[in-house]
Amino acid sequence: MMNKEEYKKHVSKTCPKTKEWRTMLLAFIVGGTICMIGEGFRDLYTEVIPKFNSTQVTSLVTITMIFFGSLFTGLGLYDKLGRYAGAGSVIPITGFANSVVSPAVEFNREGLFYGVMSNMFVVAGPIIVSGVVWSVLVGLIYFIVGVAV
Amino acid sequence: MSKKRGKQTYVIDTDVFIKNTATIAGPLEGKGNFAEYYDEVLENDSWGCKSYEKTEIKMRKNVIDNLIRKEGITEYDLDCIMGGDLLNQIVPTAFSAREFEVPYLGMYEACSTFGECLAVGAMLVDGGFMTNLLCSTSSHNGTAERQYRLPLELGSQPSPVCQWTVTGTGAVLLTNTGDKQPKIKSVTIGKIVDLGIIDPSNMGAAMAPAATDTIVTHLRDMDRKPEYYDMIVTGDLGKYGRDLLHFLAKEEGYELANVLNDCGSMIYTDKQRATQGGSGAGCSSLVFSSYFYKEMLKGNFRKILLVPTGALLSKISSLQGESIPGVAHAIDIEL
Amino acid sequence: MEIFLLYLRVFATGGTFCLIGQILINKTKMNTARILVLFLSIGVILEATGLWMYVEGFGASGATIPIVGFGASLARGAINGAKIGILPALTMGLESVAGGLTAVIVFGLFFGLVSRSRTKKM
Repeated sequence: MMNKEEYKKHVSKTCPKTKEWRTMLLAFIVGGTICMIGEGFRDLYTEVIPKFNSTQVTSLVTITMIFFGSLFTGLGLYDKLGRYAGAGSVIPITGFANSVVSPAVEFNREGLFYGVMSNMFVVAGPIIVSGVVWSVLVGLIYFIVGVAV
Repeated sequence: MSKKRGKQTYVIDTDVFIKNTATIAGPLEGKGNFAEYYDEVLENDSWGCKSYEKTEIKMRKNVIDNLIRKEGITEYDLDCIMGGDLLNQIVPTAFSAREFEVPYLGMYEACSTFGECLAVGAMLVDGGFMTNLLCSTSSHNGTAERQYRLPLELGSQPSPVCQWTVTGTGAVLLTNTGDKQPKIKSVTIGKIVDLGIIDPSNMGAAMAPAATDTIVTHLRDMDRKPEYYDMIVTGDLGKYGRDLLHFLAKEEGYELANVLNDCGSMIYTDKQRATQGGSGAGCSSLVFSSYFYKEMLKGNFRKILLVPTGALLSKISSLQGESIPGVAHAIDIEL
Repeated sequence: MEIFLLYLRVFATGGTFCLIGQILINKTKMNTARILVLFLSIGVILEATGLWMYVEGFGASGATIPIVGFGASLARGAINGAKIGILPALTMGLESVAGGLTAVIVFGLFFGLVSRSRTKKM
């Protein structure tokens, strides 16, 4: 039998490869389109609710996109999109919603408490944790620099 | 004379018949290459159950019921129910066996469980301990994906080497009396072989060395050429894994091109986009119990070497950076 | 014409982020969670170094809809909090993304209860 090194070399040489250009093109198009839909909602909300400022509109657009990401996950459509779009459906905020809703849906047969609630963040947990840690770090650094100056 | 040949092979010198088989296939498998060979095809994945785990239990219970009915015996005629599946604590196997008043042996070796059951079962019958032994294994796409990979609804992109977990189950009845049914003539118990593949989606590459080792050892122990068999059929190496097996066996001096095939590569049509093919504990038992068994009864295959292959990883072992050990057992089945 | 150009910029910016992500998936086999954490971190760094305003100025929703925008809001909240005092510096990052987080938890719970997962179709 071959040794490990030879075998690994053979496998990495012969292993079937992703169709890179195709996946990159699809990711670009789908990602861009989702962002354009977001921009559409922004224009709509700016028009309809003129008293909201830009930050509030951004927040509302985010919530809307998360709603649609969750809805399409619940309907079982987002994973089909993800199969083709790859990063194009992961990186927009809808992908974040998908990463939270998909385990929630998956675990609903284990009950509300230990199923849905406990497992909701099995995929997205690292995002929340690293986000909070980043914000504390940035806040601290800016505070210290602000005091020093 | 000892029943042992060479290093790892045991000759079954009394009659051990594969007396009968029963199968239940999932909806996608029912659209695959062997659709007309399955006893029963599910219309949907859940089969009216609240969870896929319950579906798999129901499949297992029904396949045992069907086999008993087909054979015209009762559960009290069975000496033992032996089987396994992919889930933690082999829940579908154990939970389906609780429906029967029959002694139970649970086996686990991931996708090669069917090979383990046939090897141990054949020896138990050959040794005169048991006369009616039922072996079955199953897998369900919805339960296995969730345990080994990611939530079903997560929009992730499949790797080009990934395989599709088969939804299906196959059961066989081993007995010491029979007529023209195929017989198990020898078994080779495989070693664990690990050539350091880490990527858990590339299971074909992880299992191919173990399959090669078992097949080559079997041929050497029995002093046979590959052409002795009408077909050497592995469990779920997938198309790429099958190519690797072919390559590795060539290095050992065996040319398998004319006889080699793989249940996982055969089960789906090319139009079904299963990437490398099917996988799972149900893959080899479903394909053997339907296509190969029925073709053997017709006499279209006379000698096959069934080599179910298993990748013995868990989600935790992968996270800890462990490579994936593979295992395979060879079952020599002849008319 | 102007609105057309704006949407084109949105498309190009959002698409580019996803394109970079796809290259990473192809080359490094990163999974969903890692990709999201990486892009969130990029957003935080861009905002903390003051480069984000140019990205958002050019890309509008093309910059805010991808998870980088989420990271940037976190950092912006923290920076604004740091101007007020130590406690807001620690907490206002999360406050600025509270809308998104609340939405994801509430919708997650809702769809977790009403819908059930299906096996993938080939």
